Amino acid sequence: MSKKALHLKVDELTTDIGIFKGLDITVGKIHEETWSERIGPTPFPSVLDLREWDLRLLQRYKPFYMPFCDLCCLCTMGKCDLTKQKRGACGLDMAGQQSRIVLMMACMGASTHTAHARHLLEHLTAKYGHDRPIDMGQNVHVEAPIIRTVCGTRPRVLGDLEDALDYVESQIVELLAATHTGQEASSLDFESKVFHAGMLDHVAMEAADIAQISSMDFPKSEPDAPLAEIGFGAVDVSKPTILVIGHNVAPARAIIDYIEGQKLHGQVEVAGICCTALDLTRYDPKAKIVGPLSWQLRFIRSGLPDLIVLDEQCIRTDTLIEAHRIKAPVIVTSDKNAAGLTNRTSDGTDQIVSDLVSGKTSGVMILNPEKAGEVAVRTVREVAPRRNKFRTLPNQDEIAVMAKRCSGCSECRRACPNDLPIPESMAQAAKGNIVPLSDLLVDCIGCARCESACPKNIEVHSLIVSAAGKLLSQERYKIRVGRGGIQDVEIRKVGSPIVLGEIPGIVAFIGCSNYPHGGREVAEMAEEFIRRRFIVTSSGCAAMSVAMYTNEEGKNIYEAYPGAFDAGCFSNVGSCIANSHIAGAAIKIASIFAKRSLRGNYEEIADYVLNRVGAVGVAWGAMSQKAAAIASGCWRLGVPVVVGPHGMKYRRMLLGRKDREDDWYVYDARTGNRVFVGPAPEHLFYAAETKEEATVMIAKLCIRPNDTSKGRAIKLTHYADLHKRLYGTFPDDIHLFVRRRTDIPITMKDEMERILSQKGWKEREIPDPTLLPQLIRRRKE
Amino acid sequence: MIKQPEPWQTAEIPGPTKALVISKPEVVVEMIKGAKRPLLVVGPESAEQAVGDGKQIDLLILIAEAGRIPIVATSRSVADLIKRDYRPASWMPAVDIANRLRDPEWAGADGRGQHDLAIFAGMRYYVEWLLLSGLKHFGGKLKTISLDRFYQPHAGWSFPNISQEEWAHSLVALQSGLRRSS
Repeated sequence: MSKKALHLKVDELTTDIGIFKGLDITVGKIHEETWSERIGPTPFPSVLDLREWDLRLLQRYKPFYMPFCDLCCLCTMGKCDLTKQKRGACGLDMAGQQSRIVLMMACMGASTHTAHARHLLEHLTAKYGHDRPIDMGQNVHVEAPIIRTVCGTRPRVLGDLEDALDYVESQIVELLAATHTGQEASSLDFESKVFHAGMLDHVAMEAADIAQISSMDFPKSEPDAPLAEIGFGAVDVSKPTILVIGHNVAPARAIIDYIEGQKLHGQVEVAGICCTALDLTRYDPKAKIVGPLSWQLRFIRSGLPDLIVLDEQCIRTDTLIEAHRIKAPVIVTSDKNAAGLTNRTSDGTDQIVSDLVSGKTSGVMILNPEKAGEVAVRTVREVAPRRNKFRTLPNQDEIAVMAKRCSGCSECRRACPNDLPIPESMAQAAKGNIVPLSDLLVDCIGCARCESACPKNIEVHSLIVSAAGKLLSQERYKIRVGRGGIQDVEIRKVGSPIVLGEIPGIVAFIGCSNYPHGGREVAEMAEEFIRRRFIVTSSGCAAMSVAMYTNEEGKNIYEAYPGAFDAGCFSNVGSCIANSHIAGAAIKIASIFAKRSLRGNYEEIADYVLNRVGAVGVAWGAMSQKAAAIASGCWRLGVPVVVGPHGMKYRRMLLGRKDREDDWYVYDARTGNRVFVGPAPEHLFYAAETKEEATVMIAKLCIRPNDTSKGRAIKLTHYADLHKRLYGTFPDDIHLFVRRRTDIPITMKDEMERILSQKGWKEREIPDPTLLPQLIRRRKE
Repeated sequence: MIKQPEPWQTAEIPGPTKALVISKPEVVVEMIKGAKRPLLVVGPESAEQAVGDGKQIDLLILIAEAGRIPIVATSRSVADLIKRDYRPASWMPAVDIANRLRDPEWAGADGRGQHDLAIFAGMRYYVEWLLLSGLKHFGGKLKTISLDRFYQPHAGWSFPNISQEEWAHSLVALQSGLRRSS
């Protein structure tokens, strides 16, 4: 990396052995100098380099904290009561403490993606060499938009990605240090550091996905990526079944390779949960996806997996216990989750297989993916006939017997994140009616807190899963496998209509499956915006959830709509780390359409995205710290994020105030004048209570100051139409978004003009918008 | 059904400062009468929650009318109010109203200045829990009341976890009390 390299340049050096002229010595990594793009002001930005930009955003989108706990218990001077802005023993107040926790969460998320990226990169460079070319597919010349923008480098081979990860790792250490007792004092500076963590997270995600796309023969930015199968019913459990769970695809891929190498294809079923499953289908579309992360417990307890392979992230930490109950061996493959198991990486495969098959050990750790793959396949073939799909779920008669033990104390309901009416359903089940119990599964996030809470030790979750058995067995849908990045030609096609507002927005459904009402709401929202000809894209658990619902013609979203990054289409970019391609697409619009220089030029690009690219991230079931980090990276880039009601538990929103006119002025880059542009976008981080509220807000958050009148009219049509349909009335803030009469949609002319007249609206100018004084081309005298 | 002032969701334990329990509806009547600028924040669950023969939202409208309290509707509850021929003073996302209530400079839902008492009702338990937490810590002198069925520890005042019947009785009594005192 350039920062670590020694560069010695001497015009003339006289020594005992002679005179050297024009001496130029470089020690360390040498960066190619063939990139003609001028380098921007902030390559490899430090913690404070983008602080001014962050504070501009935070001035408009001020944090609103909703503490989860009144106390701080992080040092031995505490616990400290911080209620109502009391200060703790270290001097920190509640705002500082909340922003500090948000920073810790963002660092956890960024670290997790970075460690994943590092692990993957080490594995792939060991296998294919540092010089393996980066290949994101035909028609992709801007191969790493985030790394280009943040680091100012252009990776050409796998080894180049190490520079990006070196940088990210060093910065995360700085950020985490700031959370120690007696460090950062300002909540706003904590928030700036949160943004920094998010930006780093995006770099790491991009490096990870580029590495696996370039090395593993994944689809390379392909709109027509193949379809795979998803759902309980998609898994052929008549075969020995390996279940892979997690996010790091290397061990799962080695399973497929071993099956192919041994010509065992068709004899072993490989199915996955969460992002490992998504990425495995990018490698082999014949692999099956069971479902998003909330499907873990229900699938294991069904007894269908004969062997479980865990890698990393979002894995239930009681998997070993659950697997033991169904007599399925477990292989852990990541140093992140040793699970108390013996490291058998150096042992012979015959011995490991023998120990697992005989039951001498119920689980092993194998850190070599290839060895894990071989052990998994050989073991499952021997274990499966002995297990005979042993399950722990009760049958219908047993459900009634167990339900009769319920005293109706409501402890299960009080433990349930979604407040599901479990006691009432149990009462019905006790009478032999299991339908209400079965119905709970739709809204169940699979956490099993109900069981932990039950004083009668009733296996509540098992009862629900068993009651819904028929429903689960019918789950069998298609999903388009992760396409990877967005082609430059696709960006060229949509860049102009997006920036001018004629494509009304880019909506990205991302994140986990902690939904308030199941995944159906995500599918419904996605389809609403596809039909309105927004560009709709997805990743991770959300990409899986939307597949599991069909329209009246029996088609799901992947079957009904093309996979391009274009208006009226629906694309799945891939797993969590593929989220980088969505942020990357916004950056590529600035580069490919607007010809802005990306290289080390973060602030200008973020300013461009904030003011011109109507993109919104929707993480309806966001659960994890990784999701927090991904969102943080979006905020710094100027992309608003909407979360579901559980997302309020991230403790902090970043909210604009449309009633404060002063907050919504920008510079006109042509004149330097300050111009009112209205609350566009109104919020940077916002939680909706309901799907209807989110739908209205998504349409509104796509409005940008740069919209042309035609584009603004289109966006206002969608906003007002959804508002009328879902709220039963016309929006009361339309005057803030209409700049000129030509912005008014023809079809809503009378209604809007009436409101504008009531509000005393006057026409105003449409600027070339920027928040950055340095981008003003001609200063006003 | 438990009656102790414990959070409904077991793990939602706040800290040293917890809501006082509304032992009888007259307490709320007096608080509303004593407030200069009360506000009723109505969430979308109010149209789902059965209370007596109707929904919670029906009683909330009667309470607002009896106490002459402006309503801010959150999320889709504006549609439910309009369906009932009731036009709220304003509607906005739940996080927005909470964010405004902590600002002493806010013009208020009806443009007449910041409110001194905010009454919350009809929201998911954890949503209301978090909004009230934000206001407990950052709401300055704002007083808060929860009119939902389960104990909200971050409110200034809240019912304990009560039965459906007690809840319905309390809301009806609150409305009657306000009507009598107006």
